Amino acid sequence: MADDLVNVQIDGTWHQFPKGTRMIEACRQAGVEVPHYCYHPKLSSPGNCRMCLVEMGMPPRPKPGEELARDEDGRLPIQWMPRPVIACANTVSENLGIRTESALTKSCREGVMELLLINHPLDCPICDQAGECRLQEFSVEHGTGGSRFREDKVKKPKNVDIGPRVRLDDERCIMCSRCIRFTAEVADDPVLGFTERGSHTTLAVHPGRRLENNYSLNTVDICPVGALTSTDFRFQMRVWFLKETESICTGCGRGCNTEVSSREGSILRQTPRENNEVNSTWMCDQGRLDFHYVNSEARLTQPLLKGSEGHRAVSWEIAVKTLADKLAGFESSKIAIIASARLTNEDLYLVRRLAQQLGVKELDVIARFGEDDGYLVAADRNPNSRGAVLVLGLDSDPGSRISGIRRDIESGKIAALLAIGEDLTSPEGGFSPALLSQLEFLGQIHHTANATADAAVVVLPGATSFEKSGSMVNVTGRLQRLAPVVPLPGEAREDWLILRDLLQALDGGNGAGSSDEVFTLLAHEVSAFEGRTLASISPLGEVLIETGETVPLLEREKGRIAKGEIVG
Amino acid sequence: MALVVRRPQLKWWEKIYLPVIAKGLVITMRHFIRTLTGRTKVTMQYPEEKWNDQLPEHYRGAPALVTDEQDRERCVACQLCEFICPPRAITIIPEEIPSEDKWAKVEKRPLAFNIDMIRCIYCGLCEEVCPEQAIFLRKDYAITGESRAEMVHDKARLYEVGGRRVGLVNKWNDLK
Repeated sequence: MADDLVNVQIDGTWHQFPKGTRMIEACRQAGVEVPHYCYHPKLSSPGNCRMCLVEMGMPPRPKPGEELARDEDGRLPIQWMPRPVIACANTVSENLGIRTESALTKSCREGVMELLLINHPLDCPICDQAGECRLQEFSVEHGTGGSRFREDKVKKPKNVDIGPRVRLDDERCIMCSRCIRFTAEVADDPVLGFTERGSHTTLAVHPGRRLENNYSLNTVDICPVGALTSTDFRFQMRVWFLKETESICTGCGRGCNTEVSSREGSILRQTPRENNEVNSTWMCDQGRLDFHYVNSEARLTQPLLKGSEGHRAVSWEIAVKTLADKLAGFESSKIAIIASARLTNEDLYLVRRLAQQLGVKELDVIARFGEDDGYLVAADRNPNSRGAVLVLGLDSDPGSRISGIRRDIESGKIAALLAIGEDLTSPEGGFSPALLSQLEFLGQIHHTANATADAAVVVLPGATSFEKSGSMVNVTGRLQRLAPVVPLPGEAREDWLILRDLLQALDGGNGAGSSDEVFTLLAHEVSAFEGRTLASISPLGEVLIETGETVPLLEREKGRIAKGEIVG
Repeated sequence: MALVVRRPQLKWWEKIYLPVIAKGLVITMRHFIRTLTGRTKVTMQYPEEKWNDQLPEHYRGAPALVTDEQDRERCVACQLCEFICPPRAITIIPEEIPSEDKWAKVEKRPLAFNIDMIRCIYCGLCEEVCPEQAIFLRKDYAITGESRAEMVHDKARLYEVGGRRVGLVNKWNDLK
């Protein structure tokens, strides 16, 4: 492999890079940031923003018969070229020199910044991008601070409705074309393009079409300025107030890595986090916007007990004791437990312990299937089906016992049911309220009010995936960590804590004091998890089991990297 | 090291105190007579009389929001004052201006703008940081209320105190 490495001088220091590395990536690896707008490692490089111009030099071409003198390290002299080159689309070669801080490079950057700002409105106090705007950042770092432009700025359409989730402000656009390339190359829905070419160049959506594919909000992420903004997050909060928490999306089995932004206990947006084994730098709109239920009015905030006049709030002690006493009062063959593949491995491990304690055989999770969209959305819409199979030790496919449980309730073979993290009356659950009313006892642990809770005798308020720590296993068998983003509302508790208290009330206490400890107990009992701890799971997750499944979007990206179209 | 305190060496007439007492009585009598005849005014009849006309030009009182010459609210809810406020007295909830509104092109305004006057320290950083010249410190200094809730100035109250302010930078005119 040593033959493939070339020597490159960056700002006076020599480095080695594989042949074919882009100059901008070589600089990044050497710890030098070259400012850029249009370049994105996951997209093609048209080189149209000109921000990454650097000074480049090569060894002079020798006269016939002339031998160039090498210095003591064996390097040839570098002859600097009078004109700059773009670092994003040029690759390194042997004995190449790059200057990112020379007078030429600096004057290029100042010039490009001044030209970009000629028509850019100064509405930063209103613009949502302020605080994470590349134009703001590079203007401070590489701009001159003033403008010599005395003419009127070009007027373009503002606040254009180009899709259900994305809003366009053409005056702010700096024509980097990242969004156009994303829709054409990654989302395969080329609806964006430039019109009115010239000084009135305008980003527009194709007549009669809209930017409405399930990946449209990624254009907002990659837009370096505030031209594309999210309708959902628009004017909600300035970004400098947001607290970012690294977590994963639980919308489907893919488990896209995310960064969840919140302020003062409420979640305001969710953005993808780069993980080249799971979701590249993208995520679907559906998963991204699936957090509003966390702030919902319908959240359960107190343990509830059903009396003659409906549900009333009781203390945790009474609620857990009632649930334990009721369950213990039934024969183990008359009890069924329906857990959820939306629970973490830690929660599921305690469900397994609970089933063992009660001697329950009828234990399953609700299966949820949709269509694999060929990009990131997996057919399995449960985030932790793999984990449920491993941890609960299910001997059949998840969800295959549910119809049997339904039949047994009808025939009266099952008299008591505990639903954990699932609304059984949902379309996937398929239990009718009439069927649930045939039960002698129904208990539920859930985060939000639902029809199953209406029918349940004991309702314990649990946590959403944004409020708990724990781990999940995605469809490709990757073990990933969830992090609590916001505090729990009212008296609600994390599910593992509720289940631990329930186990203790049934005299099967395991003494776990945190989800980390539950994971350690799990690692002792389930061989796939052996030797791991919750804290040791890398922020990018780690392979737990080999499933042979691939991510369609990642496969296409790998193909483009191999062809040299993108850096990756 | 001990510190030696030098006691004053008093003369005999100082030691008997009487001349100084007499001198003091003369001063007291002089002030007494000047007050009686109205030549010295020593008491301001607060709160009937206010400090207002005696406050210096740079006096910093309660912060308030202002509208421009077209009665448009200048504040665009950029939340810089909320960010800079040292005692965190300011809370802003931004909103989008609906498209049917006269000022829809401004796009953004505060839905709620609260300043907790118990927290406010009258430092004036909000006025200094404001890019839209929407918040100013007035000369109002007697901010009172019977409850904590009353001491929180909401948007309506802030505009009532601030009123209209003209002749300032107006970036939303046609020229920009």
